[in-house]
Parts: sequence; C-alpha cells; structure tokens
Amino acid sequence: MSDASPSVNDAILQVEHLSMKFGGLVAIGDLSFQARRGEITALIGPNGAGKTTVFNCITGFYKPSEGMLTLNRRDGSSYLLERLPNHEIPARAKVARTFQNIRLFSGMTLLENLLVAQHNKLMKASGYTILGLFGFSGYRTASAESIDLARHWLEKADLVDRADDPAGDLPYGAQRRLEIARAMCTGPELLCLDEPAAGLNPKESMALNALLMDIKDNTGTSILLIEHDMAVVMQISDHVVVLEYGRKISDGSPHAVRTDPRVIAAYLGVEDEDVETVLIEVGDEDVIEQLDTGPDATHGPGSSSSYFAGPVTDTVGHSEGERVTVSKGASKAGQVDARSGAAARPASPAEAKPTEKPSAAKSSAAKPAAKAPAKPKTPGDSNRGGGNE
Amino acid sequence: MAVTTSPERDIVATPMQRATREALYAGAIALGLFVLFIGLRTDQNISNELILVQRWWLLAVVVVLTMAGRFLYVAYGQPFLANQKIVDVATGLLPESMAARFFRLPYFIAAIVTVAVLVFLAGSLDGLLGPGLAGYARFLRALAIIYALASVMFYFRTFIHAHFSALGITALALYPIIVVLVLALYGGSVAAGFQGSLKWVDNYGIQILIYVMLAWGLNIVVGLAGLLDLGYVAFYAVGAYAYALLGTQYGLSFWILLPAAGAMAAFWGVLLGFPVLRLRGDYLAIVTLAFGEIIRLVLINWREVTNGSAGISGIPKVTFFGLMTFNVSDPNYVAKVLDIATSSAYYKIFLYYLILGLCLLTAFVTIRLRRMPVGRAWEALREDEIACRSLGINTTTTKLTAFATGAMFGGFAGSFFAARQGFVSPESFIFLESAIILAIVVLGGMGSLVGIAVAAMVMIGGTEVLRELDFLKQVFGPDFTPELYRMLLFGMAMVIVMLWKPRGFVGSREPTAFLKESRAVSGSFTKEGHG
Ligand SMILES: Nc1ncnc2c1ncn2[C@@H]1O[C@H](COP(=O)(O)OP(=O)(O)O)[C@@H](O)[C@H]1O
Ligand SMILES: [Mg+2]
Repeated sequence: MSDASPSVNDAILQVEHLSMKFGGLVAIGDLSFQARRGEITALIGPNGAGKTTVFNCITGFYKPSEGMLTLNRRDGSSYLLERLPNHEIPARAKVARTFQNIRLFSGMTLLENLLVAQHNKLMKASGYTILGLFGFSGYRTASAESIDLARHWLEKADLVDRADDPAGDLPYGAQRRLEIARAMCTGPELLCLDEPAAGLNPKESMALNALLMDIKDNTGTSILLIEHDMAVVMQISDHVVVLEYGRKISDGSPHAVRTDPRVIAAYLGVEDEDVETVLIEVGDEDVIEQLDTGPDATHGPGSSSSYFAGPVTDTVGHSEGERVTVSKGASKAGQVDARSGAAARPASPAEAKPTEKPSAAKSSAAKPAAKAPAKPKTPGDSNRGGGNE
Repeated sequence: MAVTTSPERDIVATPMQRATREALYAGAIALGLFVLFIGLRTDQNISNELILVQRWWLLAVVVVLTMAGRFLYVAYGQPFLANQKIVDVATGLLPESMAARFFRLPYFIAAIVTVAVLVFLAGSLDGLLGPGLAGYARFLRALAIIYALASVMFYFRTFIHAHFSALGITALALYPIIVVLVLALYGGSVAAGFQGSLKWVDNYGIQILIYVMLAWGLNIVVGLAGLLDLGYVAFYAVGAYAYALLGTQYGLSFWILLPAAGAMAAFWGVLLGFPVLRLRGDYLAIVTLAFGEIIRLVLINWREVTNGSAGISGIPKVTFFGLMTFNVSDPNYVAKVLDIATSSAYYKIFLYYLILGLCLLTAFVTIRLRRMPVGRAWEALREDEIACRSLGINTTTTKLTAFATGAMFGGFAGSFFAARQGFVSPESFIFLESAIILAIVVLGGMGSLVGIAVAAMVMIGGTEVLRELDFLKQVFGPDFTPELYRMLLFGMAMVIVMLWKPRGFVGSREPTAFLKESRAVSGSFTKEGHG
C-alpha cells in the first residue's frame, strides 16, 4: 500500500475489491469503499445484504475470498487485515467490534468484562503472569490503571452503578452500551458496531447516540456502523455506504444516499405507498402489479421496507461448487438502474433525483425506524428477506 | 399445595387418596422395572449349567418398599414441605426450619451422653452385648459423634460461614495432632496414639487431600477455562511415573523430582493441547479421554521402561528436606535424630503435611491466577470464546496455559502419590479415576475451591467410611462388603446433589475485581463452556 499520499492516509480503512463466497453464494461481490479517520461511516442495506459478513472479514473472523483490506493506523503503520490472524486484528491493528447478537461474558461482572478487554496490556504488565504472580509493583500500578480506565468507560456508558453486577443481569440496552464500552477498553482506532440500536427503545437509542457522538468527538476513534435505524444513521453518520446483495449500490453523504433512487428502491425507509410512487416514477410495472395484489402471506407482512429485499435465501441451499447468483430481477437497485437507464436516457440522472426527493425525505422523516429483523437469516425461511419477526 | 381435581368426578382428592393412587402407580412401575432385574437371576449350578433362580420374595420386598416410600412422600412429605412455605397466620412467622427442629439442645445432650457412655464402655462392649450388637453400638456411637459435631457447627453456622477458609485450613493443620492426642488419651499411651492415627491420617487425611489437589488442578481446566478434559488422570500418571522412574533409576531426591514431574506433566499437557484445542465440546472430551487411555496403554506395554502391569516398586521415600529420612535402617532416621520411639506414623504425618502444603499451593496459585489477566481470560473463554477473540485474546495460548497449569498440578499430585505408595502400576490410572475427579469438580461447583474441597471430603471420605460399616455384615450376611457399593452410592449422591443443587455445592462465583463491593455472581449467569 502506498501510504505516502495524504488522501490515502486520510482513510483509516480501505476496502478494495472485497469478495466473500460461501459455496455458491456470493455474500459480498467486489466491494470497495473507504472509511475516513475521525468519521462515523455507516454501512446499511437490507437484511442479508452482507453487512455482517463485511465486518467478519474486517475483524478476521472470515478470510475473504478476494480483495484487500488496509488499515492505516495513526502512527503511520498500515496493516493488511486479511493477512493477520483473528486475535491480532484487535491487538495490533486496533480494530474493535461488537456483535449483532450481543456477546458479553454474562457470568462476569461489568468491571471484569472491561478488564478482560485490557488483556494484552495487562499481560505485558504482569510479565506474562510470572512477575504478577509474585506481586511486582509494575503489575499493581497497571492493574489500578486498568480499573480506572474501566471506570471511565462505565461512567461514559452510564453503567457505573452496576459495575459489580453480572453482565447477564443487565437490560438489553445497557448490554449494548456495555459491549461498546468493552470494545473501547481495547483502545481501538476503528470501532465496528453491528446494529447497536437493534431492539432498543427510543430512550436507550438516545443514550446510544450520545455515547457514539462522545466517542467520536473525544477519543478520535473512527466508527464503522451497521444500522437499520435510519434516525440513528441520518443523525450521526458522516458517510454512508449502501449494500444490496453484497454489492455497493450507493456511497456518499447521508443526504446524497437518502435521495438516491437506487437506495430508495432497494432499502431506505420507504413505506408501501411511497414505494409505489417511487416505482411509478422509475416505472417498475412488475412490482406495482405485485403490490396491487396485496402482501403475500407466505412472504411475510408487507409493512417493512425490507419486504422488497429479494429472495436472497433461496440461493443459500445450493450445493458446494454450484455458482448461484441472485437473479437480476431480484435486485431492486438493479431494476432502477435498468429502468432509469432505458427511460432516462434522454434526461440526465441528476434530474431524476430531485423528483424523488420529496417523497423519500418525507417518508424517512415520518417513519425513520423502518425496522428490519435483527436475527440472522437461516436457509430455512423462505420469505423475501425478512419482516417476519 | 396442588390439589388434583378431576373434572368428571368433581371430588377433591385428599392427600391420602392421592398417596394411595400414586403408591399403586409407583408399585406398578417398580414391578415392571425390576421383574427381570430382581425377580429372576441367572446362575450356574454345580454341573455348570445356566439356571434361572427365582427371587419373587426379594422382588415383593422391593416393590412394597417403593410403594411405601411413595405413599409416605405424597401423604406426609409433600404436605410437610408445602407447610414450610406457609406463614403461620397467628404469629406471622414461617415455621421453624427443619434444621432448627433437627438440632436441639436436648438431642445434643442425649448425643453427648450416648457418646460418653459408649466410649467409657468401649473395652467391654463385646462382652456385654455380644459381637453383633456391639457392632451396632459402635455405629450408634459414630452417629452420635457426627450428630454432636453437626449440632456444634449448626450453632456456630454464621461464624463458620464467615470464616470458612481460615477455619478449614486451621482444622486441616491441626487434624493429625488432634487425632494423635485423642487416640493417645483413649489408648493410654503416646505410642498407641501414633499407631492408631495411621488409619485416620493416611486413609482419610492423605487420601482425601490427594483428591482435593487433583480436583483443584482439574478445576483450572474444566471449571475456569471450560475445557472438558476426561483424561486428566494421564497427567497424574505422568507425574507418578516421572518420580518413580527417575527416583529408582537415578536416586534423585523427591524435592528435585517434584518440580520436574510437574514440568513434565505440563509439557505433556502442552503437547496434547496443541492438536486438540482446536476441537470443541464433545470432540475435545473424546480426544482427551483417548489420550488418558493411550498413556495407560503405553505404561502397560512399554515393559522395558515401565515394567508393564507389574508396576514399579521400591520408590524412595520422601526425606525431611534432606535433613532426616524416614528409613528405619538409615543413620539419619527421624526417631534416631530426635531420639524418640520408632513409629511408622511419623512418615504418614509428614506426608499429610506435605500434601496439605501442596494443596494450599494449588489453591494459592489458583486464587492468584484468577485475579490476573490469564485467569480472567480463562473465565472469559468459558463464557464466550468468540468475544475473546474480538478483544485480541489469543485463545490458543490461553487454552494451552490452562491445560498446562492444570496438568502441572496433576503431575505434582502424581509424584506425591508415587512417594506415598512406594509403588506405582498402570492400574491406578484408569478412566474411573478421571471420572471421579471430574465428578468431584462438578459436585463441588465448577470454579469454586471451597465447594470442590467439600465435595472431595464427602465423596472420598464417604467411600472410606463404607469400610467402617462392619455392622452391616450382621444385617446382610458375612459376605457383604460395603466397599463394593461405593460407586452405587457415589452415583446416587451425585443424582441427589444435582437435583438439589444443579450447579454443585457452591454454585455462585466470586468476582475477581470490584469497584464498590464484591457480590457473588449467581450460577444462573455463568456458563459451563463448550470445550
Ligand atoms: N458462515 C456463513 N456461511 C454461509 N453463508 C453465510 C455465512 N455468513 C453469512 N452468510 C450469508 O451471507 C449473506 C449475508 O449475510 P449477512 O452478512 O449476515 O447479512 P446482513 O448482516 O447484511 O444482514 C446471507 O445470505 C447469509 O446467509
Ligand atoms: Mg447482520
């Protein structure tokens, strides 16, 4: 990586041509984007779009099939994440993450959870246990410091009163905040949050936003965020990357993304009526026809925006080696592309955007939390991408 | 209390009716279960033919006992238990707890008097009552002593609870002295005291403490790191054979070989760990089990080195830190140096303190490690391995350290075992030993040192007590050997404890650090690990 040019160094994380294949399923196909230092970058997309898979590649839980993931640290060193072993990514490249389904050490107290996060630092201070076993003072000061750091993050997460309770005893929202606090205790430069607001009530959601803004403003940690709650995304993110079927369909400022017709069609908080208007504008007769016949019972309630995420799970069950790609028709963004390509060839795409703007803006303001189910998809359910909670 | 009503008959069943009905069901089930197990028995007659022996009487007795048990439980036991939870309307108090009713001053005095009378008559019991009744009388005496001790413990329960570890260590440290003193007073001479203490110090004290140490060692692997190891006895064997071979071949002293045996066992722990620790859960359990068997088979078959199933004998005794020895023929023999009467009890008492010291070392290291980053990482690994990796913890080395540390203590215990027995053979390192050690860890409560020590005392001490129950021969005939039933009792005790306390004696977990106050974490939050 040429980390000499300033524009590159400005990016803390560079994802280039990332692909991840599970057997025949292309979970991510040729994805490239950048996350800039000191910013909150949001990664959004319908359920099954491959967002969590991107995180798993970044944090080393999956080895990408192709592509390059470069992390540039503040001190100028850069790491190729796809080459680092799993546990060295947090330790050396300073990338921390949280999980879509919370993973706390539920039988340990909040304080202990945060101390485990400082494992590597404390290991060194304790002379890899040997010096610490004999009570060397260096370890004792390090241990006191680690408790101070833990207390700092407990205060930030508004959990200091419960420091000595088991983590499993916390309400859901507090568990989410604790997981973020725990990730922050590793001293990360890039924090990856997988749907931190999923399942939170509005009050908890507010507390979460405050915590994230605090992290961004006061620690210099850059944040990569997967989120379904559009209020959160629009409010706090500086840059949004939209995925659909593992491919990037849009990339830009929250405002630009919100008004991108491809995004609207594919995902963004669009209510059924609005979709219809959008689709009439972009001219998708097939889908309008479907809408007229009403929501299909077997395919889940139609009230969710993610109703329009295509039948991605249909492709999962295929046997190894058989290359299955999602049919062109399933991708709403693809349809928009096709239609607008055909219809708007005389008109420029720039003109098409403003016409969508009112409806999209209205809908995302009126119904910001177009919730999609947080649970991962199993090949068993045959609905069209969720909304079946 | 739940009262069964049947919609058709609209009659509320009284406890008696219900008890009768359930007793009949229980009897039917028992009959069905046992008709082939107990009712019929295959046997060989004089001409070596297989014959069926019919034992309908025994079957009838078992079925009737089952019915009576079920009847009593439903008719009296259940209402009684339900009653415990009902507040007295007049006083607003819960009824006295069962324990408070069981331990009462008059009973306590009666127990003391019984003990005093029976001890006073000890010598003439056989003459007075005949050998049969004298056996019962001794059993009664033992029960009375246990009851009296339990009453005292019940009376001071809050104090004991608050200072459990300190009291326990003091009691263990004083145990041989008290045994010798009591027996010396009882027997009338110091020599008799030492001679009589052999059984108590060796069979009970040392035996239990070896298992305490093994269980504490395994606790690091299973209780803290959550790795299910079914072959722990392999490390015990490595330690024992390391001392036995190096001690007999090269005449090295115990004090050099103890750390060497520990290191060797730890080395084998790492060696086994490397390929195996990628496996999880059931797979890890099976591979460790196989490892335990492989080590045992190697010990049996590698005759040139290990002397096969004949084992190695003549293992040198431990010396008193090189200053004195416990060999009567040696010029440095303890009794000669200190100018006291010759007795084999000195060695046993010395060994007792040695294993007590090793146990305390294990406990100290475990407690210390739990508060260090490695120990926390072990517990975090048990809770959630994926989260550990996301925090930059190298799970492979963390698992390896847990395996090696546990194995090291197994190795220590093994070399002590070899020194104590003076003889090792592969028979001591069968799978059953691993299972017993694991059972102690599970019974005690995974991760809890106190619970595990209590479990070892109950299980190992309990099986030793079976040897004392000679009076049972009077009941079941002279060829009844109670020891043979120890595995049955072990199993029954496990089932009962697991029903009563599914997380073991001590189910809660002490946090390793706290901000304001340390509160035990309930067992319902902790995980057992998946391997
Ligand atoms: N380990 C895996 N094996 C097979 N398929 C997977 C695996 N992980 C994810 N997938 C598939 O990849 C696709 C993207 O999943 P995911 O990244 O979880 O989506 P998102 O987080 O955007 O909802 C889904 O179709 C999912 O079924
Ligand atoms: Mg996801």
